[in-house]
Amino acid sequence: MKRFWGFVIKEFYHIFRDFRTLLILFGMPAVQLLLFGYVITNEIKDARIAIYDQSKDEVTRRISEKILSSGYFLLDKNLQSIQEIEPVFKKGKVKLVVVYEPKFAEKLQKTGVANVQIISDASDPNTANILVNYAQGIINNYLVSINIGQVTMQIIPEIRMQYNPELKGVFMFVPGIMAMLLMLISALMTSLSITREKELGTMELLLVSPLRPIQIIIGKVLPYVLLAFADACIILLMGKFVFGVPIQGNVILLLAESLLFITMALSLGILISSITSSQQVAMTLSLVALMLPTILLSGFIFPIENMPVVLQWLCQAMPPKYFITIIKAIMLKGNSFIFIWKETLILIGFTTLFILISVKKFNIRLA
Amino acid sequence: MTQVSISVKAVTRKYGTHPALDAISFDVKKGELFGFIGPDGAGKTTLFRILTTLLLPDEGEATVEGLDVVKDYKKIRRIIGYMPGKFSLYMDLTVEENLKFYATIFGTTIEENYHLIKAIYSQIEPFRKRKAGQLSGGMKQKLALSCALIHKPVLLFLDEPTTGVDAVSRMEFWDMLKRLKEGGITILVSTPYMDEASLCDRVALIQDGKILQLSTPQQVVDHFPYELYNVSSGDIYNLLADLRNYPGMMSCYAFGQAAHISFIKETFRETHLRDFLKEKEHNQLTIEPINPNIEDCFMELMNR
Repeated sequence: MKRFWGFVIKEFYHIFRDFRTLLILFGMPAVQLLLFGYVITNEIKDARIAIYDQSKDEVTRRISEKILSSGYFLLDKNLQSIQEIEPVFKKGKVKLVVVYEPKFAEKLQKTGVANVQIISDASDPNTANILVNYAQGIINNYLVSINIGQVTMQIIPEIRMQYNPELKGVFMFVPGIMAMLLMLISALMTSLSITREKELGTMELLLVSPLRPIQIIIGKVLPYVLLAFADACIILLMGKFVFGVPIQGNVILLLAESLLFITMALSLGILISSITSSQQVAMTLSLVALMLPTILLSGFIFPIENMPVVLQWLCQAMPPKYFITIIKAIMLKGNSFIFIWKETLILIGFTTLFILISVKKFNIRLA
Repeated sequence: MTQVSISVKAVTRKYGTHPALDAISFDVKKGELFGFIGPDGAGKTTLFRILTTLLLPDEGEATVEGLDVVKDYKKIRRIIGYMPGKFSLYMDLTVEENLKFYATIFGTTIEENYHLIKAIYSQIEPFRKRKAGQLSGGMKQKLALSCALIHKPVLLFLDEPTTGVDAVSRMEFWDMLKRLKEGGITILVSTPYMDEASLCDRVALIQDGKILQLSTPQQVVDHFPYELYNVSSGDIYNLLADLRNYPGMMSCYAFGQAAHISFIKETFRETHLRDFLKEKEHNQLTIEPINPNIEDCFMELMNR
């Protein structure tokens, strides 16, 4: 046992003396989270719009006011003619133009029908879609408010965005980033640290020593379990206090599941290092084989349901997918263990499989 | 009665189809300082790895202290000290941390076995807080040796310990080995430097996975079948070319600033060679008979 702890202490020396390792371990989670949280966002705030009001009456003024006071839109320009619409889009700043037909209020009064045109810059289709929906919603709301007291039939859907009422992107990114970073740190770092010993030739002496293979493996992994766990905590705390992502469910359960996922990723890292002998190969393999699937195939960014069937099957083999499901369930929905036992079991299965293969593959000799 | 420490019988190890070791057999006695001399790629490292249980032999068997290198690998690993060709040191750990680490994983402490390494370690102890990566080659070598010795092995494997180390450190290192040997440890050492061979009890000259000769350094020299002469002139480059054209010559090699040339015994006539070389416009000629050294013998063996 003393041997084992001596080995673990040595690993900590390696980690804390290498500035780059520390940077990856503690700098990356913060930077990634801030990046995803602030920069890559699909929420709309202060989109520039232009208004071409041919009517300039009470009703159009009120609607425009409502649109501009919603917080989503900022008035860039009041247009004076139809010819101005095209140039204003071409400049690129304005994303949406609202056009009221002449005598808008009068028509509305007399016939009950008035036309308002919403033109959107669809060179970015997602944004265009969202903007149009927002604008439409605001106009409909106004219509409902002036109809009160009148006898027209109406069905008003009351929409509630459960678990993420403000549709914040960060709610989606925090679980995703957690899966991605834990995967990266755990798998990449362990596979690197084992292959480094192979490259330096120190593995020769470790093998000749009375340390057993399992002791070498666990000794390599243990420091990273602790550090990756610290990372998980950092991400959760930042999510809560910087971005306001709630933790509805049991924190202990959440941490336990994170620990399970870390162990899974670490055993994958050991597996990678047992089939490679150079740091270069281990790194490439970790990045290509782990990072891309984690980002693309885990449901982190792209919904799995929309993928081709073959890719959907492939997604089932991606451990991060289950972890993301688990943390979303605990953090956002406040689910208890009963709802996620299946995913947990699958992660345990992956872990056991990887550990078994790597202990079997771990060579007690050099070749 | 001298006991056998290492016994190797017809061990072959192939990389692909190329044999790195070709049916090698030899014994090493207990307490012996045994040298493997041979050029790079001769199979020295492969042999060491088989004996330290890091590689499996394809054919043949070998025992270390009576233990089979295949079956009893765990037991062997406890009693041997091994210093691989690449010094197995952690460059980001200090001298002291390296030593402490190896002491710990072999289940001992620096204090317990300090007496074993004192003579060597005390030389680098003033730098014990320095990172191993910042040590000179000679100091790295001493540290690596200390690490290999810290668990009191009965048998020490040193794979090219003096490669990349300056001449003074090399001499110091061999002094240390002698002292260790006096302490009763069996030492197996490999080196590409022929001059180190004479410092061993017995040497095996090895090339292309085969042992060319195995005997004491003195016997190696005694077995040299020719008469050897040291020839120098003002123009060493042409001297070699010309000597190689001299009739009756058996072999001729550059050796420092001179050439070593060998002849079948009793066939050499000095005046004849002088005239031959003068004709080729060599001046400042010196020709003197010399005793062969290990390198001469090795060159001769390789050309057989």
